[in-house]
Amino acid sequence: MSESAVRAEEVAGAVATSILPRKPQRRWTRFILPTYTGAVMVYLVSPILVMILYGFNKTGGLKVSFKWQGFTLAWYRGLFDIPNLTQALKNSLFIATVSTLIATAIGTLVALALVRYRFRGRQVADMIMFMNIAAPEIVLGAALLSFFVTLGLPRGVLTIIIAHVMFNIAYVAVTVRARLSGFDTSLEEAAQDLGADPWTTFWKVTLPLIFPGILAGALLAFALSIDDFVITSFNAGPVSTFPLWVYAAARVGVPPQVFVMGTLIFTFGVSLAAINLLLQRRRVRPALAEASGAADDVS
Amino acid sequence: MPDIDVRLERVTKQFADTVAVDDLSLDIEEGEFFSMLGPSGCGKTTTLRMIGGFEEPSIGTVYLGGRDVTDLPPYKRDVNTVFQSYALFPHLDVFENVAFGLRRKKVPKDEITARVNEALHLVEMTGFGKRKPSQMSGGQQQRVALARALVNHPKVLLLDEPLGALDLKLRKQMQLELKRIQQEVGITFIYVTHDQEEAMTMSDRLAVMRYGKIEQIGPPEDVYETPATEFVASFLGASNLLDGELGRQTDGNTAVQLAAGSSVTVPTDRVPHDLYDTQVKVGVRPEKITIEADRGDPAPGFNHVTGLMRMATYIGVSHQYKVEGPGAKELTVYVQNLGAAPAPSPGEKVRLVWHPEHTFVVKPSAPLTQEEEVE
Ligand SMILES: Nc1ncnc2c1ncn2[C@@H]1O[C@H](COP(=O)(O)OP(=O)(O)OP(=O)(O)O)[C@@H](O)[C@H]1O
Ligand SMILES: [Mg+2]
Repeated sequence: MSESAVRAEEVAGAVATSILPRKPQRRWTRFILPTYTGAVMVYLVSPILVMILYGFNKTGGLKVSFKWQGFTLAWYRGLFDIPNLTQALKNSLFIATVSTLIATAIGTLVALALVRYRFRGRQVADMIMFMNIAAPEIVLGAALLSFFVTLGLPRGVLTIIIAHVMFNIAYVAVTVRARLSGFDTSLEEAAQDLGADPWTTFWKVTLPLIFPGILAGALLAFALSIDDFVITSFNAGPVSTFPLWVYAAARVGVPPQVFVMGTLIFTFGVSLAAINLLLQRRRVRPALAEASGAADDVS
Repeated sequence: MPDIDVRLERVTKQFADTVAVDDLSLDIEEGEFFSMLGPSGCGKTTTLRMIGGFEEPSIGTVYLGGRDVTDLPPYKRDVNTVFQSYALFPHLDVFENVAFGLRRKKVPKDEITARVNEALHLVEMTGFGKRKPSQMSGGQQQRVALARALVNHPKVLLLDEPLGALDLKLRKQMQLELKRIQQEVGITFIYVTHDQEEAMTMSDRLAVMRYGKIEQIGPPEDVYETPATEFVASFLGASNLLDGELGRQTDGNTAVQLAAGSSVTVPTDRVPHDLYDTQVKVGVRPEKITIEADRGDPAPGFNHVTGLMRMATYIGVSHQYKVEGPGAKELTVYVQNLGAAPAPSPGEKVRLVWHPEHTFVVKPSAPLTQEEEVE
């Protein structure tokens, strides 16, 4: 059949349907995928919703009741009414902040080294990072404990920080490396060409450009640190952290403040991630539009 | 005689298994527009990067303004580069991109503002200071990249195929602008390009490179009219080349016996001195040839060969003919479209005539590899 014949038929078909609208087929199967997706979303979101909700539940006193008893802001007002919990949260925030800073600095440098330099043992370094991420936490926790015991290092905030830095480096390095692998090194050459020594080049060009990657890595590290239970429980000694305290309290009953703190930490993390995403969007969007525009020009 | 701005002395650059630049020496004068031209992989970029300091020569010395800078890093050299990909800093706006070099030199704030604006004016980008690189077209980014380099008043500006990413029309326009700017600021430009027409229209002198060596260097007219090697003859413009053997010399003329039978003459001073063999290629540019009907006696004192018209193409400003010449070699002829004589039609026997002065003799080169032909 010639092309024009096909065209004609298409046109005829279009005319026909416009005169006699064909009844759209109401096949029930087209609901399967959306329903399924919806169900998965509910599954993923409900624990978070429950957490947020119970932060507003008007229960009496410390013991949580899982029955909805009305809305209250009492737990937000009395957020710090339980001194031990408050102390545990402070510990967690401190540990997460310090370990994130250290792990981010080290992890970023590791990523730079792995991407920029070909050196012996590069593959081994890759492998170690992978193992570090893949290894069961319980094994890492136990191993670290025996390590600290051997060294005679008393368990406490310091050992927790060391442990958290240990498991966070790999995550940061992997995240930053993803950002670096698309990095146009001619930008660094351009900086040097314009009179910037390597140090200035790093601060003025490299760092600002990979910063979103570093921030993403740091966020991940912070999130992993603040809710780590398994490794921390091995190396905490007498120190309590937020997850450790909640776990211990759960046997008797979780006070609603826990949900409030959980909600606040969650909100904080999500907004940081959202801001990071937005910043990256703003940077990438016009570039993409530009690229497609240029492609149009050529064609 | 003008001062030498850039001097490469017996420079070789070897990468793991390739010799990118092979024992190359080169002098570039102050204020010159100098182009490096050659097929892909011939070492143009590597040469430029050694002048910029991004690549260290394996052997040899690089001088800038008489000073040995071989071991100096890029940020200590008084040269600036316009990169093929522009390499504008995506996180800085146009003003800060252009100001980058001045800030490194701790130039006072007022002077920075003045000089950046002046540079943006020079490339006709006034008013774009607040734009981010991603918000500009390719041509505009190119101008900013140029301003960013020029604002530092370098001794030498290096440009690595700066127009390579632009479409043809913009390219032509930017060629003129680049030339204008170069004359205005009067600094040395070293310009790398694939495009022979670009190199010819813009340069004071050009070098044709192959396999990491310079095949020929000189003003565009010299290189075009008197190519030194078969490679240069076929790379720079179109040429018709026939196999021949050098023969007798008589009062300033040398006879070349063509492999296909007849013979042509060349002024002896147009025969290169360093021929190691009497087997040569003899050539003539397509626009130097006139086409006649193959009747009567040819005009004395002219070179001529006979052939069979194969194809006539109308181009508008000119006619282009493909003629099957001696030894079944395809010869190309351009004839300006004066609208007078009727064009010879395919199948006719024709005579191609040209002046001995327009004949050149070159030594045979290895033919272009496929890789080299890819632009
Ligand atoms: N960093 C490098 N490592 C190994 N080989 C290289 C490197 N840079 C260039 N080469 C090789 O050196 C040769 C010359 O490269 P160069 O980039 O100078 O060519 P060019 O003339 O600029 O080519 P093009 O016109 O394609 O840009 C090529 O064979 C290339 O593969
Ligand atoms: Mg190149």
